[in-house]
Amino acid sequence: MAATTLNPIPQIVVDHVERPPQGLMGWLTTTDHKRIGILYMVTAFVFFIVGGVEALMLRLQLGVANNDLISPQVYNELFTMHGTTMIFLFVVPMMAGLGNYFVPLMIGARDVAFPRLNAISFWLFVAGGVVFYASVFWTPSGAGWIATVPLSESTYSPSGGVDAWIYLVHLTGLGSLLGAINFFATIANMRAPGMTWSRLPLFVWSILTYSLLLIVALPVIAAAVTMLLLDRHFGTHFYDATQGGSVLLWQNLFWFFGHPEVYVMVLPAFGIISEVLPVFARKPIFGYKAIAASTILIAFLGLLTWIHHLFTTPTPVVVLIFAMIASFLIAVPTGVKIFNWIGTLWQGSIEFRTPLIFAVSSISLFTIGGITGVFLAIFPVDWQLNDTYFVVAHLHFVLIGGSVFGIFTAIYYWFPKITGRMLSETLGKWSCGLMFVGTLVTFLIQHSLGLDGMPRRVYEYDNVGHLQLYNQISTVGSWILAAGVLVTVINVARSLKSGAVAGPDPWKANTLEWFVPSPPPENNFDVIPRVRSLEPMKDIRREIERRSLAPHTPAPATITADATSESKVSV
Amino acid sequence: MSVAARRCARAGRAARECREREYNLAALRRSLANKRSQLRNVALLCALTLIAGAVFAPDAFAHFLTPQSGGSPNANQIANLYDITLYIAIVVFVGVEGTLLYTLVRFRKRKGRTAVQIHGNTRLEIGWTVGAAVVLIALATVTFAELHSIRTPPVSGPGGLSVTDGAELTSSDSIAPPKGPYMTVQVNGQQFLWRFTYLGFGKLPDQLDDPYTYYHMYVPTNTTVVLKVVSQDVVHSWWIPDLGGKVQAVPGYTNWTYFKIDKPATYTGQCAFLCGEGHARMKALVTALPPKQWLAWLHNLEAQLKAAKAGGAAGRAALQNRTGSAAVENP
Repeated sequence: MAATTLNPIPQIVVDHVERPPQGLMGWLTTTDHKRIGILYMVTAFVFFIVGGVEALMLRLQLGVANNDLISPQVYNELFTMHGTTMIFLFVVPMMAGLGNYFVPLMIGARDVAFPRLNAISFWLFVAGGVVFYASVFWTPSGAGWIATVPLSESTYSPSGGVDAWIYLVHLTGLGSLLGAINFFATIANMRAPGMTWSRLPLFVWSILTYSLLLIVALPVIAAAVTMLLLDRHFGTHFYDATQGGSVLLWQNLFWFFGHPEVYVMVLPAFGIISEVLPVFARKPIFGYKAIAASTILIAFLGLLTWIHHLFTTPTPVVVLIFAMIASFLIAVPTGVKIFNWIGTLWQGSIEFRTPLIFAVSSISLFTIGGITGVFLAIFPVDWQLNDTYFVVAHLHFVLIGGSVFGIFTAIYYWFPKITGRMLSETLGKWSCGLMFVGTLVTFLIQHSLGLDGMPRRVYEYDNVGHLQLYNQISTVGSWILAAGVLVTVINVARSLKSGAVAGPDPWKANTLEWFVPSPPPENNFDVIPRVRSLEPMKDIRREIERRSLAPHTPAPATITADATSESKVSV
Repeated sequence: MSVAARRCARAGRAARECREREYNLAALRRSLANKRSQLRNVALLCALTLIAGAVFAPDAFAHFLTPQSGGSPNANQIANLYDITLYIAIVVFVGVEGTLLYTLVRFRKRKGRTAVQIHGNTRLEIGWTVGAAVVLIALATVTFAELHSIRTPPVSGPGGLSVTDGAELTSSDSIAPPKGPYMTVQVNGQQFLWRFTYLGFGKLPDQLDDPYTYYHMYVPTNTTVVLKVVSQDVVHSWWIPDLGGKVQAVPGYTNWTYFKIDKPATYTGQCAFLCGEGHARMKALVTALPPKQWLAWLHNLEAQLKAAKAGGAAGRAALQNRTGSAAVENP
């Protein structure tokens, strides 16, 4: 304390203030963005494990031609649950969790704009998951995560499984919508002094875009599933062709939501990568404005391309051409991102810590998914590849390469901030290696499966050509991938108790979350630092260095989170 | 030997050993380097062999990298378009992943290396944006060049059959109306079976008695066959990989595709859109016969259908007589 005069300490005396609940009740009733973030992440990760086990069962069934391990109905239910779980219950809420925890910290806010709304968002997500998984005890939906009509109509899916799926979409959708509004309000209004739009961290840009996309796309799917619910139970005929309804209406509405949903899942992962690369290359991000702009552009174009999921439907050819061109256009900003990332690494001094290894693995795997996406955008080529294992391979390179590796990058990068402890580098590298090899072995060969004529969503196949060999390779790969995930689970479990203590800024990173102790205190910042550049922590470190070299400076040399006056941290 | 001499000898031995060790180390390093470069060569060779094998040995691993084709011109043209895309994709893939890998190795952290503090390079960034756009414009151009021939069915060859009854194609459909004679088969998707109606071959004007088969479609060779794809329950997707791309069978809509088979052969395919429990078992066969043989097959089919119809009518009549009511309706 450098105070030379005695300032009177203000005293506030209050009565009848309830102590905040402790323990379990503390977690259940929390409105702290960090606790809600942790709840999101842990719950989503549990669903990731569940969805992964479902995937392993699917791969087991396909390991042998004409296998009868799993019955056709159960197989359909399993892939419906796998897709629904991974999309609605893992990736989207995981991104919400990461955004929840880190957006306020990165922009120098003490919480999100609407903390209680935030809690409601989380509990709506949990409710959606519970309703959906409750249907396991009756008959779950077997209509796929796309729930295409008329298969999902009551004539063909009479059980309540589809209804459970509809409520899942409604509940998690409402949760995501409220969460998105919350993120938007937070980022628009609660940035630290000096944090202009051009100093906004790229992860925050990506969460902002994620929110915008959700706000645009979610009402459409909500309307679509409401009409399905009315069709199923209240005698309407929105999708009933025999009564003047339209089957293609569903496909259009669903994919108007479904395609932006892909960017909802991938853009935050891009944001994470854009945060991690500069830290470990010890270089500023290359082309900040281009990356931020490409994020927005991808989102905008992503809203125009849903028809490329309808290339084989009876749709006028001019519409198909429009969708093809729009899909091509998306490849440009996506390519720009990848080039800018390589530009960030170029002439850097790259430290191969686990977060960086996950990030570059993500880039290299996503590139494969991006390139196969161009094949699928050419609609005559899509006529051959659509609905085959080629598409399965493509989407898994995008979603595992992009989203899952992005999420694992985030886990390794931010675990020290969340828990105050480091994860093991050795286990982390093993995990990344196994997951990388597992993804390649599982999904590269699936391109060939599709080219060899295997449609997706089939519970069995005849052993013609090399189908069985290819499938076996893929099944072996799925277990390697699972082993990689398991290593990270073990790593997290070990480090929670016995990991090395991290300190506030173990990576010497650039953004404001590293300014506060690990784990951060409930109010985040006692003092909110003034932001002067895209890399405020670099400025702060430089300022500390400067002051420690010049001992005559009157201000104290310690700039830590327990600093109590703004003058100390005006850098 | 004096102490000094002994010491000297020891020192000499040590020096020699040291030299030897150094020499050994150098040799080891050299041999390791050799091995490493050998290893690199072997790895490179393996990779090249793999790629070359996959590209140039289609017999051993058919459709490892390319879609099925060979039955019909549209399938071949799509495969052709795919191949062009694949070549461009391989160049882009090797370029991007290679640069990434090179960057990671070249700029790994080393003693004395400091990262260059630059924030971007406008010229470079504009360059690669334009570069990416140019690649895609090239792809779009190739696609448009091929699109017309993929969409437009060829006309039936000499000796091919032609019954143009039943097709109402318009130019905005995903395939264009053929410019010459062709025949039409209606493909009707049902859980979990395909029904094929040979349109215009019946005697009645309203197609009510057009001959039909299930599961196995027979067509004449050298004839353009336009498929009118419909569904009577849920969404299905018609796909015979060798004969061209998929078309969804959507209830309430009509979708179109075509093929033209030159030589007698049988092709297999299956439903490609999830349609329920039996989706994986919803298969189809297409057999092409020479036109004369096909007409003979058709007459045989008509005779069978007629006999079956008569048998059914007789059975219904007998049942009606027995029960004394008109409860059994015509199906």
